[in-house]
Amino acid sequence: MNRTVLDLWVGLFVIAGIGALLFLALKVGSTSTINAADSYEVTADFQNIGGLKPRAPVKSAGVVVGRVADIRFDNEKYEAVVTLRLANRYAFPKDTSAAIMTSGLLGEQYVGLEAGGDSQKLKDQDRIMITQDAVVLENLIGQFLYGKAQEGAAK
Amino acid sequence: MILGWEREVLKQAIENLGNHTIQGVWRIGFACRFFLAVLLHSGTAFRRFGLTIREMYFTGVLSLIIILVSGLFVGMVLGLQGYETLQRYGSESALGTLVALSLVRELGPVLAGLLFASRAGSAITAEIGLMKTTEQLSAMEMMAVDPLARVVAPRFWAGVISMPLLAALFSAMGILGGYLVGVRLIGVDEGTFWSQMQGSVDFTQDILNGVIKSVVFGLAVTTIALFEGYDAPPTAEGVSGATTRTVVTSSLVVLALDFVLTAFMFRGLN
Repeated sequence: MNRTVLDLWVGLFVIAGIGALLFLALKVGSTSTINAADSYEVTADFQNIGGLKPRAPVKSAGVVVGRVADIRFDNEKYEAVVTLRLANRYAFPKDTSAAIMTSGLLGEQYVGLEAGGDSQKLKDQDRIMITQDAVVLENLIGQFLYGKAQEGAAK
Repeated sequence: MILGWEREVLKQAIENLGNHTIQGVWRIGFACRFFLAVLLHSGTAFRRFGLTIREMYFTGVLSLIIILVSGLFVGMVLGLQGYETLQRYGSESALGTLVALSLVRELGPVLAGLLFASRAGSAITAEIGLMKTTEQLSAMEMMAVDPLARVVAPRFWAGVISMPLLAALFSAMGILGGYLVGVRLIGVDEGTFWSQMQGSVDFTQDILNGVIKSVVFGLAVTTIALFEGYDAPPTAEGVSGATTRTVVTSSLVVLALDFVLTAFMFRGLN
């Protein structure tokens, strides 16, 4: 067999393989982890985070502005401490509120940020004061039944 | 009461069992020593890289057709079946995610590994077994050429380099197949298909782990194929038996390793 032809085929094979890897890396996957250099971290305390997971998106007005970096349990306040890693190019006022929401009826949970009106911006390691817990279906049904029962009693 | 001949049969059965076990353990030990010897002798495979390139042609380039075609069809089937199931829950927008994640995490490395074992592994075993049968390996030793360095190591590295490339091509073709069926044929929205995919496939978690898997499978399959060929009894029957064993053993090892690797990689994900 001719050596140069063989080399050509192997070269094509290697290029195609690397091309496939690049295709997977660029077109199929995404580096969802924001690198530490151009991002800052803020924390938010929640009484109930529902099914929130690390790496879940942080959205504001529906746009992904960061990711959930860490979820801890504070054993003194008995609350969940959620660390949010936000991209540097998005700055939020100090009185921004954070809520745990669900995308769709059964979709994954994410943190929604709603900007306030403060002129000062959130800085690294700041804490978001106003938070809203995840909606727990059992509590909702309980409230609904309680309301219905009261309606019945009023009649 | 156990009669004389029954005792003899029982004794024979237990002896066979013990013999098989000892032979099995002996072979595993020899395979490990063989693996280390190949690693130690792989200097030649890189110094004379032409040898490795020649083997990459036989293991990699010649496996391309089967890998590409199977990848395309697996992806197309995934697209059809995935759509069938997902549309029942009104979430056909997740089709891209389903196709990409199942291919990149599991099907790409595993199916490429199985195909690689039956396409390239069996060929390696048959070639080396026949070299041993026709005493080419002994002849090399006579000429002070180490067959491990000259014959085995280039095939080993060619297999280890080819396997991740083949697995990546398999996954890429599969995603293309899923795209063709899902978007072109059925009519899932093209934007959602790709963006849902990109939103849920992570580079390090999914793609890099898939590449690690395929490298491990490449190591396992080529080592088994080379060892079976090197260890084959030097007869026609011996070579054919070794070829069969290569395909059976490496398929089982690929599937078992896949479970172990998956348990390691994706346990801490949630």
